[in-house]
Amino acid sequence: MNSLLPWLILLAPLFSAVMITLFTLRWKTLSGSISIAAVVVSFICSWSIFAHSATAAVEFVWIDIAPIFRVPLGLTLDPLSKTMALLVSGVGALIHIYSLGYMRDDQGKSRYFAALSLFMFAMLGIVFANNFVMLFIFWELVGFTSYVLIGHWFFRDAAAGAANKAFITTRIGDFGFMTGILMIWTTTGSVVFAEVAPRMPMFGGHATFVTIVALLIFCGAVGKSAQFPLHVWLPDAMEGPTPVSALIHAATMVAAGVYMLVRVAFIIQASQTALLVVAWIGTITAVMAALIATQQDDIKRILAYSTLSQLGYMVMAVGLASNDAAMFHLFTHAFFKALLFLAAGSVIVMLHHEQNIWRMGGLSRTLPITFVTFLVGALALIGCPPFSGFFSKDAILALAYERNTAIFAVALFTAFLTAFYVIRMLVIVFFGHPRSKSAHESRESPLVMTVPLIVLAVLATLGGFAFFARNFLVLPAQKLEGMMVPALATMVLIAGTGLAIALYRDRTSEPVDVEVLRHKLYFDELYAWLVRWTQELLARASAFVDRWIVDAGAVGGSSRTTWGIGAGLRLIQVGNLQAYAFLFGLGVVALIYFAVIR
Amino acid sequence: MITLGDYLIVSGILFAIGFAGVMLRRNLIVILMSLELMLNAANLSLVAFSRFRVGADGLPDYRAQVFVFFVIAVAAAEVAVGLALLVALYRARQTTDVKDISSLRF
Repeated sequence: MNSLLPWLILLAPLFSAVMITLFTLRWKTLSGSISIAAVVVSFICSWSIFAHSATAAVEFVWIDIAPIFRVPLGLTLDPLSKTMALLVSGVGALIHIYSLGYMRDDQGKSRYFAALSLFMFAMLGIVFANNFVMLFIFWELVGFTSYVLIGHWFFRDAAAGAANKAFITTRIGDFGFMTGILMIWTTTGSVVFAEVAPRMPMFGGHATFVTIVALLIFCGAVGKSAQFPLHVWLPDAMEGPTPVSALIHAATMVAAGVYMLVRVAFIIQASQTALLVVAWIGTITAVMAALIATQQDDIKRILAYSTLSQLGYMVMAVGLASNDAAMFHLFTHAFFKALLFLAAGSVIVMLHHEQNIWRMGGLSRTLPITFVTFLVGALALIGCPPFSGFFSKDAILALAYERNTAIFAVALFTAFLTAFYVIRMLVIVFFGHPRSKSAHESRESPLVMTVPLIVLAVLATLGGFAFFARNFLVLPAQKLEGMMVPALATMVLIAGTGLAIALYRDRTSEPVDVEVLRHKLYFDELYAWLVRWTQELLARASAFVDRWIVDAGAVGGSSRTTWGIGAGLRLIQVGNLQAYAFLFGLGVVALIYFAVIR
Repeated sequence: MITLGDYLIVSGILFAIGFAGVMLRRNLIVILMSLELMLNAANLSLVAFSRFRVGADGLPDYRAQVFVFFVIAVAAAEVAVGLALLVALYRARQTTDVKDISSLRF
């Protein structure tokens, strides 16, 4: 039965954002309450639709130039989107509540909650979109709200720069995405997912064309999910408030890329080359980010690179043609990564906005709840049984083992590195002796922040088990290799953990120094050089054209020509009567000549 | 015998003298007189043509002579207007020298 209830999920956060922006900017607590109420409404409605599986949403038609171009505004309500909506609104609700505590003293609280609500609207739009155009609109909107939220403390140069970088980098990916959408539309004549899927044979046998289209669509995911080479914006995006990092850059927005790939898997899977490219880019991102994370000192940066790495795993799974494994990992990752970020936020705020891990230490004693939840998140991240990360990461590793041994080897190495840098972070932050005054004097966070942590920790623990996850997802088929893959995974886990503990126990400063990794493989410098050269050249060429061809040539030329002709004609106006008479005479002679003799 | 050509030459010389006077003399009254001279040169050539172009019945073509009357009448009217302008100009500028009427130069 068609209903408007699914639309309520989308519109409640939008309504909240509009209300806050227009009316309640002055009353900060009220803004927060409106925002939280909206997201809770979304969550309840998501549950309701999830429970009643027969609902379909009313569809409106926006553009209708039949039969060429038809863009409806409709919502797809299949198990994938319903689960994703639950995830987004659920984790979103927890983070909204946490934000009340984290942003307690912030001047821009109303602005923050308005942007957060707008983000929820846009993200849910991506989840529910039933056609490419609607998806793209919400895609861009999510990018915009991410820009607003990263640059929340806009008076800080670093934050403003990071917001710009995020938006522009994802824009590059979106350009490819848009081109891909256009190519799909010209070939199949439609942009609606349900209509394009059966029309895939219209691509004919042109394998290269299909590969190009698939890779262009993948570009959107490369930008939004921060894959290599467009990964540079995510670590810098940590300039935003920590709840923002948790929600947008860990659990939901960056997962939007993976979600989109799963949604349009029929396009990517139409080309074997594209699948291979996707898988390798995911793998490269995973291992590269893990390597860089081993040398970072800012707790949020470590988590950011870890997000990059796990996203690489998800994209790898998509490339190995298993949407189920990718979505499973997305699901569990949302829980434990949001948990880790929120716990890190708790640490940061209780240490008066200290983010350098070498100035923390011994926090297991002073922040016990944060420590336990962080530990749960960390163990889930490294894939330690029985936490959720173990099941989902194991599924992906088994997949790689079956289908591509090279990728499996790299993925296993990445798992080793993951264990290494996560335990490194854990040991340095929570164990040992406090390394600074603020660490020494820290106290546990208030309830409004610890309760979401506990809820997420429970989810991170239970999320992997079949009895829980089976209700929401299609679990990847059980592997046939028996105990080989889990054994190998556990071995590298123990190896990484052991090495980290051995190296970092009871340290006061970094013992290992790998310059290249510390400088993030010099990507930022490379891109800055590239941009400077191309943009400089383009700017110089444009300046030349503007100054010499337009200004001097067209504008100056026309004005000077007119002036010259005028100056010439002016000479006739001598004011002398007899000169005029002479000219008359000349004219008469000419007339006679032309009339009589010619 | 004096032929048509001789009259036309005289007429042309008179016209040239008149035109030269219009272009070269500075006094406005003299310019007006030269203008009259040009008109009369045209009259002369008209009469010459009338006298020498004899029609089928042995009589000259009188239409040209009628035209001469028109020209004389128009010349008179023109001189009247021209002199009136000159008087007005003298009252405004106290000069009849053409060099002093150059306000319209660029």
